[in-house]
Amino acid sequence: MATKAKPPKPEELAKISYKPPEKGWMETKAEFKPGMWCYGARPKNLQAVDFPNPRDWSPADEDWKLPEDWKEIFLNGIKERLERYRTFHVFMDICVRCGACADKCHFFVGGGDPKNMPVLRAELLRSLYRKYFTASGKIFGKTAGARELTLDVLKEIWYYYFQCTECRRCSLFCPYGIDQAEITIIGRELLNLLGLQTDWISGPVANCYLKGNHLGLEPHTIKSNIEFMIDDIETITGIRIEPSFNRKGAEILFITPSGDLFGVPGVYTCMGYLMLFHELGLDYTWSTFASEGGNFGFFTSMEMAKRLTAKIYSEAKRLKVKWILGGECGHMWRVWNQYLNTFWGPPDFLEEPVSPITGTKFENARSAKIVHISEFTADLIRHGKLNLDPSRNDHLRVTFHDSCNTSRGMGIFEEPRYIIKSVCNHFFEMPENTIRERTFCCGSGSGLNAGENMELRMRGGFPRANAVKFVRDNYGVNVLANICAIDRAALPTLMDYWVPGVQVAGVTELLANALVMKGEKERTQDLRLEPLPGKGESENV
Amino acid sequence: MGAIFSFFVVAILIVVALVGVKVAGFTYLFGVILPYLAFLIFTVGMIYRVIKWSKSPVPFRIPTTGGQQKTLPWIKQSKLDNPSTGMGVVGRMILEIFLFRSLFRNTRTELHPGPRLAYKWEKWLWLAGLAFHWSFFIVLIRHLRFFTDPVPSFLRIIEGLDGFLQIGVPRLLMTGVILLGAVTYLLLRRFYIPQVRYISLPADYFPLFLIIGIASTGILMRYFTKVHIVGVKELTMGLVTLNPVIPEGVGTIFFIHLFLVSTLFAYFPFSKLVHLGGIFLSPTRNLANNSRMIRHVNPWDYPVKIHTYEEYEEEFREKMKMAGIPVEKE
Repeated sequence: MATKAKPPKPEELAKISYKPPEKGWMETKAEFKPGMWCYGARPKNLQAVDFPNPRDWSPADEDWKLPEDWKEIFLNGIKERLERYRTFHVFMDICVRCGACADKCHFFVGGGDPKNMPVLRAELLRSLYRKYFTASGKIFGKTAGARELTLDVLKEIWYYYFQCTECRRCSLFCPYGIDQAEITIIGRELLNLLGLQTDWISGPVANCYLKGNHLGLEPHTIKSNIEFMIDDIETITGIRIEPSFNRKGAEILFITPSGDLFGVPGVYTCMGYLMLFHELGLDYTWSTFASEGGNFGFFTSMEMAKRLTAKIYSEAKRLKVKWILGGECGHMWRVWNQYLNTFWGPPDFLEEPVSPITGTKFENARSAKIVHISEFTADLIRHGKLNLDPSRNDHLRVTFHDSCNTSRGMGIFEEPRYIIKSVCNHFFEMPENTIRERTFCCGSGSGLNAGENMELRMRGGFPRANAVKFVRDNYGVNVLANICAIDRAALPTLMDYWVPGVQVAGVTELLANALVMKGEKERTQDLRLEPLPGKGESENV
Repeated sequence: MGAIFSFFVVAILIVVALVGVKVAGFTYLFGVILPYLAFLIFTVGMIYRVIKWSKSPVPFRIPTTGGQQKTLPWIKQSKLDNPSTGMGVVGRMILEIFLFRSLFRNTRTELHPGPRLAYKWEKWLWLAGLAFHWSFFIVLIRHLRFFTDPVPSFLRIIEGLDGFLQIGVPRLLMTGVILLGAVTYLLLRRFYIPQVRYISLPADYFPLFLIIGIASTGILMRYFTKVHIVGVKELTMGLVTLNPVIPEGVGTIFFIHLFLVSTLFAYFPFSKLVHLGGIFLSPTRNLANNSRMIRHVNPWDYPVKIHTYEEYEEEFREKMKMAGIPVEKE
């Protein structure tokens, strides 16, 4: 494996040329630049889930050790998916190449590589569709925009389909709703048939399949990680929280991405969940088996996405809970909101979710029986069930990053904003073209948050970071709030690179800072064990 | 390259019609056989295309959500950009199909020193697209006067509105001019915007040149060469009543116009122009965002291999017991 390429300095990276090359795109071979791609999947991770063609390989190698009949596999794969997905079939036919999507992609904006224009990313596959599946492509060839499948073409597809975070921003602007995320999902499925997976994705998939979560945390480790957090909570509040694990008969099963269980700033969000649920006296349980809300399987194949979500409902059934509450995560909620009920529903053994605190029926989750933590919390605040002291967040000047998946695959915009505005006195929106449904990706979604592709991540995150820079420079913003575990893992690096001085926090962390708990001692520290404004040590200075 | 190629193809088509009619005298071929054939190819081709798309199922309900979801009663849902009901979807589709809602969101991204990104007002593509499609549609409707006798009153009203500027004799119809202007803009942006130029295929230029040819010959006939209109109507009525006739004195330019139109019709089902039908079937637009409210069924769903809790507990039972986590089997 190559050593990790360090990205150039921000000033260098910001010199972006959008001028396309002289040569046509079909004649331009993909050049594998260091820092722009992820390592290949190790065989053991593919074997763990019975994925094809496990072997040691590197994308930088000339020989990708493909099966003999790789072309046939790939083309049959296309055929099968044309017959299975109307999206794919229609999207292969109807693009008029108007170019409206071109400068909507964060990778194109941050890099200028024309093959990162969604339209051209799609054309990489569309050209094969024309060649092998349409009469005009078969007869007229290149004139009809068709081309042969060669090893170089395959490598090009691999390179650029792992430079797409499936954020759907292009789809929002497309007059026909052509969704590059859908095409990327299918493109990656095709690559997966040949064992062309990245290790950063296949590792978490194998972990999630066998151990229940991406990080591979074993049951006792999950418990002890949470116990560490409980110690910190006790230090901050003087309250000892006693959560339960794999407890049968609890009313609610709580599932969050495992990113919240390990590493900062995710753990602060997790501490927030623990404090909120304790304060409410919520009858809930954690599961060490269903210990992952996220789904890296979604970045390999639809089948794997389904396999990894089996445990969500099956664990709810085993533990005999009434409904499921889900933590803050982006792609987890895309899958839960748009796929889970189709994959494994209907979950008739569960009940329609009702907040035990306010009595609110979550009508929008009546069939899938899964509620988003921000829906749950916003409802609590609206009913005045939480005692909040927003001044505890007065040292924070907050902006909110809408995650792509929850924005364009769900539409949860007001709930987190309502929470933030209730718990923070200083909230500032980023420019309107960069938030809500038009939000820009963190640049690291869909399994691209590895270390070896740092330049790609910094480029992809550039539009997001640039909007944060605007509110930092104009309003002194120092916190980028979000409801996504990938954001919490990826954005700190992005901020350090482009917008130093901005911290990243989950919404529930901010909530817990402001949450006045029954019987707590006077707080002098926030959840990060940093002094609260006007309290504690700073007062004595 | 693609542009030059497409330009010449259209030029050759014009020459073919010119020579075919003027020199060889194949008026029946160009006036009757080819139009019938083109209409047949268009109809059968489009039906075939739509059936083929429809045969591919919709396994998942995956609308692109462009606004606030339906959630707690006190949060206002964006019913058209993020519909949760069939009515909402109909509304969204109407906005998409008649007003190009998604394209209306378009902006232009600019990188300034700093670095600072700016998102600039850019509705020209939307405006030109809308002008092009609507004027083409109205021009098409107006042409029904050639296929009806007596001409229904609604066609007279449309034509009256179209010519309300009351310029010239015969009266100037705006849509024809708008059509030519908009399609020229769509062509020019393919030349001058570097990214759009880079992605453009011959298949993008060809229909534009073809439509420019159709609109130009139409305008020429109406305002300049003053085609023998009675003869044209005789011919078109013959086509529509299945009693085809070729009257004397219908100018060659009419046959060129008709041949280009026939080409467009025949080309349609095999080209990107099928977006006309595809937009109705686009699953990111024509589905409600309500999978948590009503289960969507995947018609080709199949059982998959999973890792069960029992297998998990089997592996970790001792560790779970040590940590005080309850287990099924002691």
